[in-house]
Order: sequence, then C-alpha cells, then structure tokens
Amino acid sequence: MEDDIRELYQEVILDHGKNPRNFRHPEDATCEANGNNPLCGDKLTVFVKVGVDQNIEDAAFEGRGCAISVASASMMTDIVTGKKVAEVDALFEIFHKMCKGEEVDETPEKFEDDLDKLVVLSGVKQFPMRVKCATLAWHTINAAVHGEKAVSSE
Amino acid sequence: MRTIKVSLEKRFPNGWIDRMTALNTVLKSDTEIDYNVSAIRADFPALDLKINGHPLAFLDSGASAQKPVQVLDRMDHAYRSEYANVHRGAYTLSQLATDNYENARMTVANFMNAKTPDEVIFTRNGTAAINLVAYSYGRTFLRAGDEIIISHMEHHANIVPWQLLRDAIGVEIKIAPIDDHGNFLMDEFEKLLCPKTKLVAVTHVSNVLGTILPIKEIVRQAHNIGAHVLIDGCQGIVHDGVDVQDLDAEFYAFTGHKLYGPSGIGVLWGKLDLLNKMPPYEGGGDMIENVTFEKTTYREAPARFEAGTPPIIEAVGLATAIDYVTGVGLENIANYETKLLTYATNHLAEIDGLRIIGRADNKAPIISFELDGVHAHDIGTIIDSKGVAVRAGHHCAQPLMDRYGLVATARASLGMYNNTDDIDQLVDALNYVKDIFG
Repeated sequence: MEDDIRELYQEVILDHGKNPRNFRHPEDATCEANGNNPLCGDKLTVFVKVGVDQNIEDAAFEGRGCAISVASASMMTDIVTGKKVAEVDALFEIFHKMCKGEEVDETPEKFEDDLDKLVVLSGVKQFPMRVKCATLAWHTINAAVHGEKAVSSE
Repeated sequence: MRTIKVSLEKRFPNGWIDRMTALNTVLKSDTEIDYNVSAIRADFPALDLKINGHPLAFLDSGASAQKPVQVLDRMDHAYRSEYANVHRGAYTLSQLATDNYENARMTVANFMNAKTPDEVIFTRNGTAAINLVAYSYGRTFLRAGDEIIISHMEHHANIVPWQLLRDAIGVEIKIAPIDDHGNFLMDEFEKLLCPKTKLVAVTHVSNVLGTILPIKEIVRQAHNIGAHVLIDGCQGIVHDGVDVQDLDAEFYAFTGHKLYGPSGIGVLWGKLDLLNKMPPYEGGGDMIENVTFEKTTYREAPARFEAGTPPIIEAVGLATAIDYVTGVGLENIANYETKLLTYATNHLAEIDGLRIIGRADNKAPIISFELDGVHAHDIGTIIDSKGVAVRAGHHCAQPLMDRYGLVATARASLGMYNNTDDIDQLVDALNYVKDIFG
C-alpha cells in the first residue's frame, strides 16, 4: 500500500501539483467550462482557444484542487496544445482507461510520447475514489470544446 | 434517568412500566462507573479491523459511528425471531414486533425527556426529519415575507429544505453570523430577531467546527418575540445530549447512525399540540383513521407522520444503542471525549503547518484542519494507507467553507471508543504526509 502511495505521489506529480503549468486565464480563449468534483471540493475552469481546422492553439486552467487533479490539469494543458479536438477526444479515451486500470488496445504511435508522460497518473487505478481527480480536467476540456458549460464528476 | 408520565397502560399493557423502572435503576448505577475505554472498544467489532496492514484508527464518527455488538446482536435476533410487520397482524409475532417498535419509541422519549412517546416520530434519518418540518409545518404556519433564521455553520440538511420552502412560498432566510473561531454571535443573532421572524432553525453542534451552540439561550430569545425553534441535533445529541422539556424548543431532529445505532432511522421530536396541528407529510398506510375515495381522515402524531412500513428493526437497534450509551453514561462519555479532544488538539497543534479550523470556547470532539500546501483529499488518501480514517471535503457545509475561504478540510471526529493511540496514529500519519509532500 505504501508503495502504491509513493507511486501515486511521485515527484513529477508533486511538481505539477505545486507549480502547475498554464495556470492562467487567456483573454482570447474561444471556449471554457467549469469542472466540479463535489466529493472532495475540486473546482477548476479550463480555457481553450480553438483555431481553424479544430486545432487547439492554447489551453490553460484556473482553480483549486488536490495534487492529483491539479497535476492532471497542468499536464493535460501542455499535451493538448497543438492537437486537433478529435485527437484530444481519442487521447482522453485511452487515458481514461489507463486510470481505471482497464485494458488499453494498441495505441496510435503519435500518442506514444504523451502517454509516456501521462502514465504517472495511472497510479490512481489503485485508488478508485481518486480516478475522478485524475480525469476531472479531461472531462472539463471535453465539455469546453464540445460546447457544454459545466461538468460534474459525481 | 427520567421517568415519563403518560398513558402507558393503553400503549404497553404487558408490564413494560415495570421493565422500564428496572432498566432505569440499572442505568442509574452504571453511570457511576469509571470510564473504561478498553472495555468499550471490545464491544465494537469494527475496531479490530486491519486497514492496509495497520490497525484501524477510526476518526470519522461524525459522519457515521461504528456499532457495538449489542446493537448488532439485538437487530440480528429481532430479524430472526421477532420479525413481522407492525400495527397490523392479530398474531403473536406481529404483536411482538409492534411492542418492540413502540418500546423503542419509549426509549427514545426517555432519552430526550419527552413528555410523551407520542412526540417521537421515527423518520428515515435526520435530513428527513428536518424536511418533514419544512414541508408540513412550513407550508401550514409560514407565509410569504416571514423570516427564518439559520446560522452560518449549518449542514446542508438544515439549509436546503428551507430554500425549497422559500422557493415554494416566498419566506426569507436570514443568516446568523459566527466569528473567526467559530463562535455563534449571540448579539448579532438578537439583532436579526424581529416581528417577521417566525422560525429559528439552528444546529446544536457544528459538524465541521465542533462548536456547541448556546441553544437554550437561542430558544429563549426566539420565544421572546414569539418565534418557533428547530434544533438540528444530529451531532449534538451524541456529545451533549438533550432534555427537550428543559430546552423548550418546538422541534429537535437527530439521526440514529451517528449515535452508534443503525442507518435508516432518524427521529423528529416535536411538541405534541403543534404536531397535531400539522398536516401529513407523506400519505399511505398506517397514518390514516378512515379512507374513502371522497375523504380521508388522519391519525394523530406520531402515526400521522409514519406512513407505510416503518424502520422496524432499525428502531430496535436505535433503542439498544441508546441503552448502550446511557449505560456508559452520556456525561461520562462527554467528559472523556473532552479530555481526548484536548489531547488531540495539543498534539495536532505541534505539527508544523497544521491549522485547526474552529476554536470555539465550547467544543464537541470534532477537529477540522488544514495542512500547508496539501489538499485535504490527498491527506485522506495518504493517511488511509496508514489505517487512519478521516473525512476530507466540504462536509456538506459549503457556505461555512466559503466563510473561511476554504475549499476543503480534513476532519477528525471522535467517538466514545477512540483513545490516545488513535490520535498518535493520526499524528504519525500526518507526518508521513508531510514527508511525501516535502
């Protein structure tokens, strides 16, 4: 169990949790959504600038939450920038399965680097109650780019 | 132990009064014993659990308490050998189940010093008890423009039912403020009282801060201007007990599962004349006098408010839990818990970066805290790996969290069975959290 804890709270997550990247409110965002995890009180807003051809030109977030949810939002906003909305949808699907400990089919080669980074968050699979923390930012960006205003992970 | 003067002969014709007298005698002598926490712990099977390789340090009794073996065995026996529906059958088992259920009502009435067991309504939980009042009393006695005062430290269960009422009939809700330590501000409360005030609905003990509110003074002030009072006693009855005649509020609501009884049962106590002026909340079997398709008449309290098959075995379990805590002595428990609260507060305060939220002068054994740079949910997960169970989150009191600018806190809430080992285990586990977060 303590190994699982150490695997969940490894250095890279703690670093992203303490010093989140893209923690800002971009003025030129084209869409945004609020994410809410009522169980533990995580609340964040994800801002996205979607350009021509459904290309994500910028992604950022603000809010408060646990180390896992903040680290996840921080890493996500880094990873999705430069991708197309459809690619982010596909990546989320794989990431979601990783977090829940489900079998992941063969992954597209273009996601390999991203998934190598995201794998640090898959430690939540040992903590079912924390899966929502790791996936909250992804649910929220999904809501933002598909025109929903808010999402609750409950 | 108090006695009750009511028409017991009608309700309990089988020598129940003699049994109650005998029980009272036993309980009275039991309250003089010293507090033996080891013996109490031995009664709670869950405390023997190993969680993630560590002994369980259960510090979440404020959310729901563990159950003594006496409650578990009594319920098991009732299900196996005394079970039938109540108030219906003309057969032995049904009579036995009915006696058990009504005797449980008597035990609750005694415990609260109710004038009569008719004032004790069994509900699903504390939330249901408050909703009953908000709906039945609220829509009968309150009008648009009337004011309801609640405090800033209410649980959502004592906020949302009044908001639903506000949305339905247009009453106004006023908030009685608290100070930075979590003390109820009596002066500010008095300023809110005015001729429009018709109901004051406040908690007995804050589930987040542990503050014990001056409910008797609140009732006195409210009555001075003719307002009624509901007390949410879900936390309070466990640590402070209640004498409803002395308190003199109109309603007192609590739940069974925080009082070492089963989940699925709560209690609404109300003044009988008021209850009998209130219309039914739910309709169904057992609450009627006579039903035709044209017109139905309703029974008096408590039956009026207990439509359908009630929580039969839960009532038996709750009564057993009450016998258990009364046997140990509520005052003994409270004295012990206060000592343990002091021990816990002192040891937690030694942790660098830990801040206790709620420093009221008069406190029940509930400690909410923050740890610098660590979210409560992370604390909860990490200390669970060391066998420590605490609540992490907003504790169903979001307006209170907003008052202190918090998103979430961790909360250790003590019960009659906790000991200093539990506190030491919590402190060690919190140091491990700090270790991980650097």
